[in-house]
Amino acid sequence: MTPKISLLTAAWLVLKKDWQIEWRTRARLTALIFFSGATLLLFSFAMGPDVTSLRAHAHGYLWLGLLFASVLSLGESFRIESENQALTGLVLTPVEPRAIFIGKVLGNASMLFALSLVLLPITIGLYDVDLTRVPHLLLLVLFLGTLGISAPGTVYSAISANARARDVMLPLLLFPVLVPLLLAAASATKLTFQPDPQDQLGSWLKLLIAFDLIYLSVGFLVFPKIAEED
Amino acid sequence: MSALAVEAIDISKRFGARWAISRLSFSLAQGRSLLLTGHNGSGKTTLLRIISTAAFPTAGTLKVLGFDSKKERDSLRPSVALVSHASFHYEDLTAAQNLLLSAKFLGVKDPASSVKELLERMGLSSRADSAVRQFSAGMRKRLAIARLLMKAPKVALLDEPFGELDPAGSLQMEQLIRDLQAQGTSVVLATHLIEQGLSLTQERLHLEGGRKVSPT
Amino acid sequence: MPASIPLLLLLALAVMVVVHVVVPKTRPILWKVSAALGLVMLGLLMYLGMFYAPPEAFMSNVGRILYVHVPYIWMAFIAFLMNVGCAFAYLMKKSWVTDALAESSAEVGVLFGAVGVAMGSIWARPTWGVWWDWDPRLISTTVMLLSYVGYLALRSFTEDPERRATWSAAVGILSGVSLPITYYSVRWWNSLHQVQSSTASVDKTMGSVLLWGLVTLLCFLFPFIVKRYEIARARQTAAMELPPLEAPRPEAA
Repeated sequence: MTPKISLLTAAWLVLKKDWQIEWRTRARLTALIFFSGATLLLFSFAMGPDVTSLRAHAHGYLWLGLLFASVLSLGESFRIESENQALTGLVLTPVEPRAIFIGKVLGNASMLFALSLVLLPITIGLYDVDLTRVPHLLLLVLFLGTLGISAPGTVYSAISANARARDVMLPLLLFPVLVPLLLAAASATKLTFQPDPQDQLGSWLKLLIAFDLIYLSVGFLVFPKIAEED
Repeated sequence: MSALAVEAIDISKRFGARWAISRLSFSLAQGRSLLLTGHNGSGKTTLLRIISTAAFPTAGTLKVLGFDSKKERDSLRPSVALVSHASFHYEDLTAAQNLLLSAKFLGVKDPASSVKELLERMGLSSRADSAVRQFSAGMRKRLAIARLLMKAPKVALLDEPFGELDPAGSLQMEQLIRDLQAQGTSVVLATHLIEQGLSLTQERLHLEGGRKVSPT
Repeated sequence: MPASIPLLLLLALAVMVVVHVVVPKTRPILWKVSAALGLVMLGLLMYLGMFYAPPEAFMSNVGRILYVHVPYIWMAFIAFLMNVGCAFAYLMKKSWVTDALAESSAEVGVLFGAVGVAMGSIWARPTWGVWWDWDPRLISTTVMLLSYVGYLALRSFTEDPERRATWSAAVGILSGVSLPITYYSVRWWNSLHQVQSSTASVDKTMGSVLLWGLVTLLCFLFPFIVKRYEIARARQTAAMELPPLEAPRPEAA
């Protein structure tokens, strides 16, 4: 028997449900903003008050801040699914696990993207960077980067939400896989903050797109196996 | 011979190194209802989870409504529903939002009005817009039942349905179970209240340490 | 040396492992033969590497560590490729054999890789003057090791065998996919250092000694993997026997 609603409709419902929950518990997003804002502030304490060097490395701090925040946000995203075994409830309803994957990835990505937008003014304040050079490309980099964190992140947080020592497990699994993404996103962001004499931004963007597509498709294929007992 | 609602053929289920269900075989005809009894940890909840396809037997075959619960889970899932200790609700959504979400996933026609009707029926209308986090255990149970009714399953699995309910709620639950049975639904009921359970069911399965034994 | 060498080595390992798993009669013999051959070849490798091969052009005698360092890293890669293969096979069709092979190849791969990275670090000290350098091969190998350490941690933190098998297969595939992406992105990011010291860039005598080293270590990789596999299988079987048909009766008083 085929499900009564299409894959995309189901994914949209999952996404909308995540947004609804976020909206009802705004405190969580606020906490996340303060956490990553504090991280950015701590970087400037750790590196000393030299504005030139802070500005030169702002892209790295921004992405490290996002990366640390992503562990919290991804963990939270599947904590609400394991509370009352809601994820099992969805699968039994039945909702197609692949639809759950799409919905959760987009939910996580939109959350991190929103966070990155909030962090931009903070980077101006703390590191005095110039965001106005190619703002549309900067937004594209942030979008592709946060999507790239979410694609493998959704798979790994679904796994670690049910494992022992889950708070350690998620970064332990996720960070090695995200090394290429961090390189590409930070380098691309740098080239939107600073001049791009060798015109390399395009190649980093391509790497980001490739990373996103690869992990979205691998996650799409693998997620149904871990969403339920098999 | 009538079709079988549940047919377990030598099923076992392992958690880690422990066998929660051991070499269990039984069958239940469609339309008939089964009472599951046994002490805490005897495997009742695990068995209900297996029938609901939330878990699968480690060994052996389980057929529900003629479908292999593991291989044909997609065909089976629309027709079974489980109400268990884990309520499957999102704590931060309201009762109405939780139900509406299920309704939309199920493709129910006119979801808003059927949600309203079910909340009414379960006596939750006044709290429809409170988050589930603020609900008492009994209200959560009512909401879970509403979710089951929304699905109108052919096999309904109820894990301790009378627990956490007040006497009036308990009576209402009995009536709901009778209504389900009147529609031809097979109810599998796990409860410690043996007298009440026996009055609602035709068959009984007593578990001890994950094995079938005759009740003493 | 042709680029097909790593593939041939992987193929040789795969064939030996399959034979070991499928033909029970070979189980007590094959690994011993392989290990004995490895020992003999290792003795010769010492001579070949120390005396036969000419000193490396830039690094003179220090460079001779290459003949074991490179094979160790390659063996780690081959083991991880095998892990990805097993993970994929497990998700296609559940089998305790591929799960056990995935476990053993990941663990042995981490072992060989750690030895290889340590040797690389020893080599880097006199050559570059530092223990650690932002060399793309070094970073991507280390990242790869980290991701398989995570894999092994997940395995040991998950008690239920089915869940452990499924989850780690999923993680194995994601880690496997990340290997080439990490390698190329790191190389792209920092192309300051010399490109791979694969055998294409070294002279012919050195190439053949390196090949000798690769085959030698493959002879050790195989017994490590199958012995670890047998341990994994024994643990699985211990956990998986069906309960007896009748409940154990309490002793009559």
